[in-house]
Amino acid sequence: MEIANITKKRLIEFLEKGKRFDNRGWLEYRPLKINLGISSNAEGSAQVFLGKTEVMVGVKLDAVVPYRDSEESGVLAVVTELLPMASERFEHGPPKIQSIELARIVDRSIRESEIIDMKKLCIKKGEKVWSVMIDIYAINDDGNLIDAAAIGAVAAIMSAVMPKIDKDDKVQYGEFTKDKLPITSAIPTTVTFYKIGDKFVLDPTTEEQDASELRVSFAVSFPSKEKKSKKIDAENAVINAMQKGGGDATLSSEEINTLIDLAVEKAASLQEKIREEIE
Amino acid sequence: MTYEKRYDGRDFDETRKVEIKMGVIPRANGSAMFSFGNTKAIAAVYGPRLMHPQHLQNPEKAVLRCSYDMLSFSVTERKKPGPSRRSSEISHVIMNALTPVLQLENFPNAVIDLEIEIIQADASTRCAGINAAALALAHAGIPMTDLISAVSVGNIGNKICIDITKEEEDYEEDGEKLATDIPVAFAPRKNRLTLLQLDGKVKPEVLKKVIEAGNKACMKINEAQKKALRDLKMETELPEEEEK
Repeated sequence: MEIANITKKRLIEFLEKGKRFDNRGWLEYRPLKINLGISSNAEGSAQVFLGKTEVMVGVKLDAVVPYRDSEESGVLAVVTELLPMASERFEHGPPKIQSIELARIVDRSIRESEIIDMKKLCIKKGEKVWSVMIDIYAINDDGNLIDAAAIGAVAAIMSAVMPKIDKDDKVQYGEFTKDKLPITSAIPTTVTFYKIGDKFVLDPTTEEQDASELRVSFAVSFPSKEKKSKKIDAENAVINAMQKGGGDATLSSEEINTLIDLAVEKAASLQEKIREEIE
Repeated sequence: MTYEKRYDGRDFDETRKVEIKMGVIPRANGSAMFSFGNTKAIAAVYGPRLMHPQHLQNPEKAVLRCSYDMLSFSVTERKKPGPSRRSSEISHVIMNALTPVLQLENFPNAVIDLEIEIIQADASTRCAGINAAALALAHAGIPMTDLISAVSVGNIGNKICIDITKEEEDYEEDGEKLATDIPVAFAPRKNRLTLLQLDGKVKPEVLKKVIEAGNKACMKINEAQKKALRDLKMETELPEEEEK
């Protein structure tokens, strides 16, 4: 961890008094800003700012041969690139574990929530289905890339439209239809807690992230029976993905129970903010 | 038939709308966004810092390490992430285009990392990338003798066009491709060419005119770049004293 011991000590003293270096509460996110449609060549795209942290996410669709064990359903892949432009700590070369883990956490939240209606992505059973490629790029790293990436993925998916396709099921790249990518009400929102000293914080800056000994991510969705429900009902909460990482520290069962409840509460309020930004 | 009127209605010697934004990547030592219409590039500079690995250090001057790439969704058909033969070559010519004006001898054993990414592509991406990169290097405070500007010049159906689009790049007459792409970059103060590439067919006499047209366009782009840097300086100036 790249933080001076003296800074870490001070950070913990601050947290114990309920304060953070930038005056936020423990569980308060930095300002969220989402811009949609950053590339007119993508089926869906989004730029997300969480404070100074910035990610860009694009959705590209293609018509491909389905897997033999799921002939009627679309194909999904999430790829992350931690660009060297985003931080002096990132390097060129094959993806390292940090980037792989990030992509897999986002992948599971999208896949397991079923925000994308994969059954509707079948073109011809056993022959052609849509593949959804989600590419996440870190542009500026100031902490909490996981939540920013997950927000970007959801925003890009929700704004994505279907491309045109010809008689032979070949995609007419650069030409779009008016049809949206089929999505459901189960929008996943990822909140990641970082443990610093014996406190948990949300949306850490790089400095806070460096001081932390552990992180836990939760992807929570709120599927609703009413198709176009705008309200988020915490009663509907489903946890779609979870990941403990960021160090070899451990959690007590009291701690994890508290975090589960907090995750649901925070995911609901964060999702409201995301929906506001997208609309 | 020749190419009489440009697809987007521009004059033949006119670039698309140029937009510049400085400091787009706060974590980097310098950064900028540059766009020609729908072609949008961002560049970030890290360094000068000590070169690792050690055997790549040059005790006489710093090394400029360039990387140009496109986001997978910047183009119509998804581009696989990671370097390709194309991006490696472009990274290399961009390095050659920028190095002549950099006073690298100030930083022995150092490396300056320059990262360029294309967010949205509609041709002329390397030129947008070079323009963003020159600004990012200036923003990072790297001493230089000039500010490089680049533009793509096309010979489209026997017409010289400045800052060509994808549509122009694909221009055809009777099924024959009649588009030649000639990206150029200049160091305007002494009017030196620092980038020159050509892809297509062009007569020697026309090529001379192409380079001249590119030179004129680069001068205009250079004014826009200098303005962005001046405006940036204004923001950091101390507030003027109130009149009494």
